[in-house]
Amino acid sequence: MIKTIYSKGKIVAKTGNEVMAEAMRQIEPDVVAAYPITPATEIVQIFSQFVADGVVKSEYVAVESEHSAMSATIAASAAGARAMTGTSSQGLSLMWEMLYIASGLRLPIVMAEVNRALSAPVNIHGDQSDTMGARDAGWIQIYSENSQEAYDNMIQAVKIAEKAKLPALVTTDGFIISHCMEVVETYPDADVKVFVGEYKPDRYLLDIKKPYTLGAIDLQDYYFEHRYQIAKAMIDAKSIILDVARDFEKTFGREYDLYEKYMLDDAEIAIVVIGSAAGTTKVVVKELREKGIKAGLLKIRVYRPFPSQQIVEDLKHVKAVAVLDRADSCSGAFNPVYSDVAASLYSAGLTSPKIINYVYGLGGREINTEHISGVYEKLKRIASGIEKPSNQVEYINARIK
Amino acid sequence: MAEKMIEVRWHGRGGQGAKTAALLFAEAVLTTGKYIQAFPEYGPERMGAPVRSFNRVSEEPITIHSDIINPEYVIILDPSLIDSVPVTDGVDRVGKVIVNTSFSALDVAQKLGIFASQVYVVNASKIAVETIGSDIPNTPMLGALVKVIGTLDINGVLEDTKVKLTAKFRHKPEVIEGNLASIKRAFDEVTN
Repeated sequence: MIKTIYSKGKIVAKTGNEVMAEAMRQIEPDVVAAYPITPATEIVQIFSQFVADGVVKSEYVAVESEHSAMSATIAASAAGARAMTGTSSQGLSLMWEMLYIASGLRLPIVMAEVNRALSAPVNIHGDQSDTMGARDAGWIQIYSENSQEAYDNMIQAVKIAEKAKLPALVTTDGFIISHCMEVVETYPDADVKVFVGEYKPDRYLLDIKKPYTLGAIDLQDYYFEHRYQIAKAMIDAKSIILDVARDFEKTFGREYDLYEKYMLDDAEIAIVVIGSAAGTTKVVVKELREKGIKAGLLKIRVYRPFPSQQIVEDLKHVKAVAVLDRADSCSGAFNPVYSDVAASLYSAGLTSPKIINYVYGLGGREINTEHISGVYEKLKRIASGIEKPSNQVEYINARIK
Repeated sequence: MAEKMIEVRWHGRGGQGAKTAALLFAEAVLTTGKYIQAFPEYGPERMGAPVRSFNRVSEEPITIHSDIINPEYVIILDPSLIDSVPVTDGVDRVGKVIVNTSFSALDVAQKLGIFASQVYVVNASKIAVETIGSDIPNTPMLGALVKVIGTLDINGVLEDTKVKLTAKFRHKPEVIEGNLASIKRAFDEVTN
């Protein structure tokens, strides 16, 4: 039998969407407002069933669009409720202006987000273009490699958001995780509820004894300082995320950090990647290690706030690094994760490791162990000086030229 | 890890339950203490269109999240797919193909262009009609797959499927009994 890590845990077979809905059931927020969209539909569908069956006391607001979903979630959160939503791709895009309002008003909303490509052309499959586009929206972004992490991240996100006074989104890769059934350990309702705790906002609009104004106009006199406070809150969120991770480990036994190091400490070549492709990369790293090749992996879990200084410490000994982006920012230069990693290394005054950027998996395009082995092959050549690192973005498994 | 992992590909037509079969199989195998994955391939979802779903089974945690390219086992729910879909793609000389058909393994092997020793046949549609009352071949094929794999416990699979179906069809006990009987019969009747 598969053993649980937590003594009271239970081993179940669930998809990414099912465990995110399960976490929401256990968290039992006061309000959920959502509009269904593939591949995140099941999350709010399952949750709405919990509401309809009286399993949770949450208020479910069925809205006519994602813009309204985020608006209603913001209103509920501002009123003093613990509020959540879920969406994907075009849905997240339609929330755009409201995303910035959620963070600007410092509302600790939690969103279950399933990463999916953006139109056009129409595509329902997994890539990270949607949340990468929202990277500057002032939302904490936590990515999940698999269903277990999606479940654990949702539970932690509630505490993180409420302590940081910033909204947080937790993602899974569309279909690859959202619709893949795998082994997950869930924890008893009561223990999750104790961990998450009761939401007690310092101030809220429905507190009529302490009236205050939220969302007022803020011109040249104070806007700048208020925006700075959001940026500062994001920096401070790093230690909050680590504190919550420590509490989580103490309670449920699973270890989390801002990122995961996989055979990285003595690695000469390494891949930096986010999401489910990290799991596939682990298989390749293991194979390479068996052949005596010092390969490693750095899997980013928390992309916003970006663990800049920490990453430098863990990458500086590596000879060659490939950063894999599952989004193309069409910047004419490089892509989001690469840019953050490269800026972190350069600002630390480092001239090594050599670092290259790949785009992979757009619109759900396959990324398998062979593709990843190819990246490590390239890194080997760069590390040994046989090949110079490219100063242009390379593409994995795409018919280009 | 790789040598211990079992990879399975299901071929069916929209509506035949290829996805459900993969999910039921994964859940049942989990109860025997193994790590599992079950995932369908999503495309245009139309009744009757060719669809695929996949399983991985391993003694170790499964971290790989790419497509299955070289399945050890292929299950074909509708034999007419043999003419229109490359069902033997990635199946090597030791791969096994289990087909819902009234033809012999030898006949099917010739059609597939692989060795007869690799082909297993069972008339799952007939079994489904006789036990469940309609041509839904996915649950009987579960029984056939468990038999052909050989290392899984059929009683554990039956027990878990019973729990799952009871939750879903508690007002229709005949559906539960019929499905369980179909799994058992296909387990007994699948031949090489």
